[in-house]
Amino acid sequence: MSEKGFVERFRSCFEGPNTIGNSRGFWVGFIAALTIAFAYPLSAGGYQSGITALFLVYAILALSLSFVWGYSGVLSFGQVVFFGFGGYTFGIVTLNFDSTIGIMAAIPIAVAIATLVAFGLGYFMFYGRVTGVFVAIITLVTTIVMQTFMAQTAGSEWAIGDARLGGFNGMTGIPDIALGIRNTSIAFSGETFYWLCLILLVASYMGLRALTNGKFGYAMVGIREDEDRVEMLGYDVRRVKLTVFTIGGALAGVAGVLYASWGNYIDPTVFSLTFATLPVIWVTVGGRESLLGAGIAAVGIEWFRQQLSNLGSDYALVVVGMLLLVVVLVLPEGIVPYVHRKAVSVYREYSDSGDDPDHPTRGSTQEEIIE
Amino acid sequence: MVNGVNLFFQFLDSFAFIVLSAIGLAIIFGMMGVINLAHGELIMIGAYGTTLAYNAGTPLVLAMVVGVISAAAAGLVIERTIVKRLYQRPLDSMVATWALGITVTQIVRIVFGNSLSGIGIPFGSIQYGAFSYSTYRTLLSVVALVVLLSAYLVFTRTEFGIRARATIQDDDTARTMGIDTDHMYTMTFVIGCALAGLTGALYAPALAIVPGMGSSFLVEAFVAVVSGGTSVLLGTTLAAGVLGSANAFFTNLYGTFIGQVAMLIVAILILRFLPTGLSGVVENVREQMERES
Repeated sequence: MSEKGFVERFRSCFEGPNTIGNSRGFWVGFIAALTIAFAYPLSAGGYQSGITALFLVYAILALSLSFVWGYSGVLSFGQVVFFGFGGYTFGIVTLNFDSTIGIMAAIPIAVAIATLVAFGLGYFMFYGRVTGVFVAIITLVTTIVMQTFMAQTAGSEWAIGDARLGGFNGMTGIPDIALGIRNTSIAFSGETFYWLCLILLVASYMGLRALTNGKFGYAMVGIREDEDRVEMLGYDVRRVKLTVFTIGGALAGVAGVLYASWGNYIDPTVFSLTFATLPVIWVTVGGRESLLGAGIAAVGIEWFRQQLSNLGSDYALVVVGMLLLVVVLVLPEGIVPYVHRKAVSVYREYSDSGDDPDHPTRGSTQEEIIE
Repeated sequence: MVNGVNLFFQFLDSFAFIVLSAIGLAIIFGMMGVINLAHGELIMIGAYGTTLAYNAGTPLVLAMVVGVISAAAAGLVIERTIVKRLYQRPLDSMVATWALGITVTQIVRIVFGNSLSGIGIPFGSIQYGAFSYSTYRTLLSVVALVVLLSAYLVFTRTEFGIRARATIQDDDTARTMGIDTDHMYTMTFVIGCALAGLTGALYAPALAIVPGMGSSFLVEAFVAVVSGGTSVLLGTTLAAGVLGSANAFFTNLYGTFIGQVAMLIVAILILRFLPTGLSGVVENVREQMERES
């Protein structure tokens, strides 16, 4: 019984009204899905799972936007800016110090730079009392400006140490992520890179779940629902928003580092309008108030786009754009929360107990423990 | 070296560009609170309409009319099918119009290919000393002023304008006074889209006609709307004046890119220190003067 009590207590850190899936059934399914995801490279092989890893990187980026937009109501078109800063910084540092130590140092440096950029932009916006559509516009303009800037860095004067920024062609020869000491080190590529991304994705997901279901999460959601009221209750809305935006930026930076080492290059298309659109599409379609939905939609949509472009079709963006439009108009909550709601109501119809599996009351949780 | 005449022409050019980029977006935002992220695509539709008509043998001026009409028609469809449903959800209307924008861009790319053969820029150029400047682009600053003035007259001196502003100020009261507010919103949106189309039509001879061309107007449009403030026409004019000066001056000294950076820095300063925008400052001053007199 004590062991079960521990599991329950551990679970309760990640559960609450702000996330989908608080029932035992969910966690069983989650662990099963995770097992399959971890086993995937065994059947798909190293090359294919190396390619698939990109979808997991995108899922981390999607989580960062879901956290910022879905949970605190701050629509940011700028997640790709932090993503790009993370990737470019990782490239610049590793091209200058191409050793395992250099690579290991580059990761925190890159994430720190992305975090710092997010903090700076966020400080300027939230402490300047910029809200609503203006935040969206400013982040969008930042994205466009970064693209213009990076695209014109082709000349040799645009170099930091040995790393040339490379303008439109971008930076090439960025090494794989590697960890190790002295002469023993492993470089992550193929299936190992896939596993690394998967572990980071799951860690981000669980971390954000814990955060959004804690006290801080309630403040975030409160701000989304009614900013003035939360302020009346004594919260510093600016600080909460800035914290959320900074955490979102850091996470996007992590995804950027993974992206740069995934393709061993990075170019200004990470700041392009098309790329800036993608996180917004994933999060809206999957369900912006659901971390799980954002992640699933990122993998699903990107897989679909890849399939279409493998077929040589140009229609991927058209289909995805229309999908986004239809979801906004018909299903504003997003697909995953909708499916979840339907599934829960079906489950409730068939189960004898009137328990709401998503919102276990204290009583029912105790009952489960006693069982 | 700063050459006065050269600087003046550069200012006219960037003033016209900012006004024309922003005006359609600004009217829709100021009147309806909707940020139309398909703004760039409407400009693109205007330019494509103009170029296609011109390449089919229509005289340039008529071709431009075709461009404006196609953008206005597109605007009508967008308002009726999408924007109308999202008036209560401003962020969602941004996302929806954005979705529309990428879809339209991609469809245009599939249908018309990666570029259209352009229209040659008419009227030659103005020569002065060692410099020359395109007459056409200089004329655009006159057009920009005409557009601003006509928009001002339409929204302050006509029956339609008064009804539209009544709707914006208090649509419940406007409705009880017998104004068809739905119709007013639709008309305002269509006017904004037609102006975006006009921008596309006017710049069609001066730019490469590519599906993504709309995005080259976005920075100026957004920056002008954000720093202009709540009073749309006044705000757009002031923003174009201030940002245009900064842009022209630094472009003249250090080239286009630094010019754009300077413009953005000025916009950021405005946003940070004048939360009500440029027009807000002017209005405060005016109110104070009225109180004192």
